[in-house]
Amino acid sequence: MPANSALFAQTLTQWTQGTWLATVPLWAWALVSALIIIYMLALPFGGIATYIERKIAADMQDRIGPNRVGPFGIFQFAADAIKMISKEDYVPPGGDRFLFNIAPVLVVVGSCAGFVALPLGQYLVAGDINIGILYIMAVTTLIAPGILLGSWASENKWSLLGGLRSAAQIVSYEIPVALSMLPVILISGSLQVGEIVKQQGWNPADPIHANAHFWNVFHNPFTVIAFFILFVGGLAETNRIPFDLPEAESELVSGFNTEFSGMRFGLYALGEFVDVFVMCALVTTLYLGGWQLPFLELDKFWITLPSGLIALIHVGFFMGKTLLLVFVVMWLRWTLPRLRVDQLMGLCWKGLVPISLFNIVGTAVWMWAFKGQSMIQVLGSLFSGGSASH
Amino acid sequence: METGYISAFWFVVIAAVTVPLMLGVGALLRPKGITTKKGTQAYECGEDPVGSAWVKFNIRFYVVAIIFIIFDVEIAAVLPAATLFREAVLGGQGAFVFAELFLFVALLVLGLIYCWVRGDLEWVKGVTKYAPKK
Repeated sequence: MPANSALFAQTLTQWTQGTWLATVPLWAWALVSALIIIYMLALPFGGIATYIERKIAADMQDRIGPNRVGPFGIFQFAADAIKMISKEDYVPPGGDRFLFNIAPVLVVVGSCAGFVALPLGQYLVAGDINIGILYIMAVTTLIAPGILLGSWASENKWSLLGGLRSAAQIVSYEIPVALSMLPVILISGSLQVGEIVKQQGWNPADPIHANAHFWNVFHNPFTVIAFFILFVGGLAETNRIPFDLPEAESELVSGFNTEFSGMRFGLYALGEFVDVFVMCALVTTLYLGGWQLPFLELDKFWITLPSGLIALIHVGFFMGKTLLLVFVVMWLRWTLPRLRVDQLMGLCWKGLVPISLFNIVGTAVWMWAFKGQSMIQVLGSLFSGGSASH
Repeated sequence: METGYISAFWFVVIAAVTVPLMLGVGALLRPKGITTKKGTQAYECGEDPVGSAWVKFNIRFYVVAIIFIIFDVEIAAVLPAATLFREAVLGGQGAFVFAELFLFVALLVLGLIYCWVRGDLEWVKGVTKYAPKK
C-alpha cells in the first residue's frame, strides 16, 4: 500500500513524468481529479440517468418514451437542462430565503463528495482515505439535512410533510445500512475501500490464499443476507420506490421539492441520481468485488497485459456492476407499489435492524470458527484434504 | 496528514461551487422581465393556504431521532473493534475479541428490545389505550 493515498492524483503525476507537467504539485492534481470525476462522471451520469430511466420506464409500460431530441431522443437530458436553466429562479415569498439557497448545496455536496472514496479502478481512487467507509457513510447523510432544510424553508405544508418523512426515513435506514457494512469490516479488517476491494480478488492458481477471498457476498451465508439488506436500505436512503414516501406524488403533490422549480429542482433531481450511483457503487465495492473480475486477477494473468489496458478493464467491470445495480433500482420502480409510513418504519426497526444485528454475530462466529476463510475456501480445503488422504 | 483528504476537500469545494454556478448561468441566459407576480402563495392545489406551514409536528419524529442517535453512536463505538477483529482472530485471540464484539451487539439488541417493548417503534400508536373509557 503506498503511503500516499491520493491515488488518482498520484497516477496523474506518474503519467506526466518527464514532461513539463511534472512540476505541478500534488494538490493541483487532486483538484484536477476532482474536476474530472465531478464534471465528467457524477453530473453527466445524473443527467443521462434521467433519460435512461424514462426509456426503461417506457419499455416496461410498452410506450416509446422520449424520441424527439436527437436519435432515439438521447439528447433529451440536454434539452431538459437548457429548459431548466432558462426557467425563472423562483423563491417562495413566505419562506426562509437563506435556508432555501443552502439546501440544494447540501444535497449536491452530500452526493458528489461520496465519489472521493469510490475505487473506480485499482489506482483510480480520488482519495483512498483510511476511514473510507466511515467517510462515505458520514458524507452521504448530508442529504438528509439538505432535504429537511429545503422543505422547511419552502413554507409549504406538502413540503414540510415530505421533508419530515424523508428525515425520519433516511435517519432510520442509516442504521441497517451501517450495520450491514460491519460484516465487511469484520471480514477485511480495514475501513479503506482500496484494501477491501483488493482482498476480494481470487486467483484460481492459488485458491487458498491467506488474504484474498472471492467477492464478499459469497464469503459466508450471513453476508448474502447483509448484501440484500444493504441494497434495500440504500434504496430507502436515496428515496427510491418502493420507499419514495418523501415525494409521494399521489398524496403530497411533489413532497419536499414542491416549491422548488427550474434549476433548483434540477439540482435536487441530479443529487438524487448521483446518490443512487454512489449507493450502488458502494454496494459493488463492499460486496460485489469492486473492480475485480470474477475468478481472474489480471496482474497474475498468464500473459502480461499493458497496465493501461488493465486499468481500463477494471474501470469497465466496476461501472458494469454498478450500472447493473442502477438498472435494478430503476426496474424496481415499475415492479413494487409504495409502502405506507408505518410499514416503512416497521420494516426498518423490526425487520432489517434485528436481522443485520444477527448477521454481525453470525459473521463474527464464522470468522472465529474458520479462521477468516470464505465458504469457497472452506469447501475447497475440504475437497483437497479429502483427495490428499487417499 | 493523509493526502486523501486534499481530494476530499476539493470535492466538497467543487460540489458546493457547482450550485451557484448553475444558478448563475441561468440568471445570465434566461429572458429578463418575466417574473411571477408579487403576492403569490404557497402551492396547495389552488386552495388558499390556512395559517403558516411552520407548525408543530408530531413527537414521534423526535423519538425516532433519539433512537437513531443512540444506535449510531453505538455503531461508531463498534467500528474500531470490528476493524481489529480479523487481525485478532488470525492472531489466536478469537475468544476475547468475539466476547467483546458480542457484548457490543448484545447492548444494541437490549436497547432495541427496550424500545420495542416500550412501544417506541410503533409508528401508529393506538389511541384507544389512552382514550377516556365510557
